[in-house]
Amino acid sequence: MGNVDWQQYPGKHFYDELIAAGGAPRPAAAPLCDMLESFTPRELNERKLAAEVAIRTMGITFTVYSEGSTIDRAWPFDIVPRIIPASEWRGIEAGLKQRVDALNLFIDDLYHDQKVIKDGILPGEILAQSVNFRPQCCGIDPPHGIWAHICGSDLVRDGDGTVYVLEDNLRVPSGVSYMLENRNVTKRVLPELFQTGRILPVDDYPAQLYDTLASLSPRPGDDPQIVVLTPGIYNSAYYEHAYLAQQMGVELVQGSDLIVDDDDVVYMHTVDGLKRVDVIYRRIDDLFLDPEAFRPDSMLGTPGLLRAWRAGKVALANAPGAGVADDKVVYAFVPKLIRYYLDQEATLPNVPSYLCMFDDDRRYVLDHLDELVVKPANESGGYGMLIGPRSTAAERAAFAERIQADPRNYMAQPTLALSTAPTLFDGAPEPRHVDLRPFILSGPETHVTMGGLTRVALVKDSLVVNSSQGGGSKDTWIVDTEED
Amino acid sequence: MLSRVAENLYWMARYVERAEDTARLISVNSNLLLDMPARAALSWSTLIDITGSEEIFDALYSERSERNVIDFLCLSRDHSGSILSSLANARENLRTTRDVVPREIWEEINQCYLDIQEQTQAGLKPRHRDAFLKSVVRACQTLTGLIEGTLSHTEARTFLSLGRHLERADMTTRILDVRSDNLLPRSPEELIPFEHLQWMSVLKSLTAYQMYRQAVRLRVRGPDVLRFLLQDHDLPRSVLRSLEEVSWELQSLPNHDRPLAVATLVRAEVAEADVQTLARAPEQLHQLIDEFQIGFNNLHEAIAGAYFVVRPVKSASTQERTLGDDDD
Repeated sequence: MGNVDWQQYPGKHFYDELIAAGGAPRPAAAPLCDMLESFTPRELNERKLAAEVAIRTMGITFTVYSEGSTIDRAWPFDIVPRIIPASEWRGIEAGLKQRVDALNLFIDDLYHDQKVIKDGILPGEILAQSVNFRPQCCGIDPPHGIWAHICGSDLVRDGDGTVYVLEDNLRVPSGVSYMLENRNVTKRVLPELFQTGRILPVDDYPAQLYDTLASLSPRPGDDPQIVVLTPGIYNSAYYEHAYLAQQMGVELVQGSDLIVDDDDVVYMHTVDGLKRVDVIYRRIDDLFLDPEAFRPDSMLGTPGLLRAWRAGKVALANAPGAGVADDKVVYAFVPKLIRYYLDQEATLPNVPSYLCMFDDDRRYVLDHLDELVVKPANESGGYGMLIGPRSTAAERAAFAERIQADPRNYMAQPTLALSTAPTLFDGAPEPRHVDLRPFILSGPETHVTMGGLTRVALVKDSLVVNSSQGGGSKDTWIVDTEED
Repeated sequence: MLSRVAENLYWMARYVERAEDTARLISVNSNLLLDMPARAALSWSTLIDITGSEEIFDALYSERSERNVIDFLCLSRDHSGSILSSLANARENLRTTRDVVPREIWEEINQCYLDIQEQTQAGLKPRHRDAFLKSVVRACQTLTGLIEGTLSHTEARTFLSLGRHLERADMTTRILDVRSDNLLPRSPEELIPFEHLQWMSVLKSLTAYQMYRQAVRLRVRGPDVLRFLLQDHDLPRSVLRSLEEVSWELQSLPNHDRPLAVATLVRAEVAEADVQTLARAPEQLHQLIDEFQIGFNNLHEAIAGAYFVVRPVKSASTQERTLGDDDD
């Protein structure tokens, strides 16, 4: 095992984020690649160990479930960052803003006049069969007309270098705490490269999140009482809930800590009696938020929360019902929605999609199951998918049946040649597939995180990056390459 | 501060103190056993009565042998008052409130639980017992020290302190109860030569022997020891001192009228106990300790009523686990 030699890097079959086809580092990645090359195997190993120690002592964990017990696992992390030049990022950032702006207008329209359906842009049956449309939300005017205050959109890069939007997560997207912690770990492990000042900072996210939430307060002018609402320690994202509460300096509450009084105001139980709550950053899915309005058997939420929100006495982020746009069938319409609401062309392309509800598309999908990735419309965490090229005939047959039984619930996309990034295994960089989840905050202003959470499929050739499915992560650097 | 968080911290401190004091309780019994003449029929069974866990013990074991009692008090997972269960509960309580205390405190309780669990995996052999009990006391003291040295003087600290001192007052009386009627044979002439040893043992189990010598400067005598452990203002583990701490902490909290009134009442009962008589009358001592414990319970109820929320029993955690996992 010698020093890192980029000429030996086997990443030639896919677009690689750091190394160009000839084996030379891309310009923005050159200082990093040079430094890694200069390390002896021992130095490189020391940096890797330092990252592991940092993750353990900082207690960065995520929770997985196995057979009824929860386990907190150390966050899987690779020390080699993924790099995007700032010039490219500015275009992606603008595309994301455009997309989320259109989605917010779309959600607001669906809960009011539904012009998008009347004008024939979106087929009415899509809405009629949407599992995330909440009739209870019709006619509500949330502050600034915004429903999805926090959005996490997944981006992938294809073989030709084009960046596509893979999906939009508008319910309770997670991962931003790991984006921030990845940066903290990387600063400890590779401090030298941060001294040039060209790596753009990410750590203002908690402050921006706080400001976005504060802007929703129904009592403007007063010091708003903001809380993070978690389902509790058994939730896989509990670490993130606690982290964000702590970083913003607000209370982390559970449903039972809150009470809605007859005056429709939300209070929390404190040792000093009841205290009014203005803004709730809820990390509980709609249906578990309020047993009065949704599932009566849910013990996670607070009875009356929706009543308080409808009365304008409390702000909920994201607003209930925002998940209607978090639907992989709606996703396919986003370029049309951008044209309809903003009168602009989408700057970030969608991955070409086939909607099984349409006869032609469905026929194509059924005939090409071995080439396509098929996804249910409303799943998260990488569950319930068919990856055609990796599937067996029996799996495809079972999926074909499911599609025919419920065509509205399935969409398919070509299998992309996801880009790779160098990831260390036994001291040598190996290409592994990555995606990227930036977070977009919408309030009086829109903020996009500088980069986002890069997830890595740690298993060789695997395309699945979800941490619940054995994925890992890397720090993401937006690097300013322009001359001073 | 959220009521739930306050309650979690309060119980976390009680569990840590309970683990420590259970170790001290077993230690005083072990030492008495070593010091007493063979014909004095000392019984491990009494520890079960003193800790008020007869029912659960009898449901789990057929006889009150030394081995069973030690297993029950140190290792049993079916007994929520065992040392291991107490530490597990403390850890679980802190896990849900990690965000309000410095990270090191969480790491310490986590490590402490894992260490103790590891030590006890093969069961507890008699020759390892003393080392085990000492390590429990030391681990709990480390945790308490970390809280003292790193946590800001906010309500979080107040509730930790309330829990710790109320539990300590309760457990110190239970340790004193070892000297009561239940434990010792009834013919006094048999015991007089050993009385000195017995009281010394109680003092040592509370790490109070040297403090006693400095404060009293006489040989160890029953009434003096009893007065010292019940009523001394300066000894950190004395019952009166613990209750004074509770009163003092309560004063910094809102709506403290009722809990403070109850605390004052219980404190007066302790301060006015007639130790001269009690030291010679084990039966009365035992009875009085029962009364104190009723008082401590009232004090707990008053604190819970003022600051914690009484809520319906929550659904099984498994339901929350499957239904609550909706993060994208």
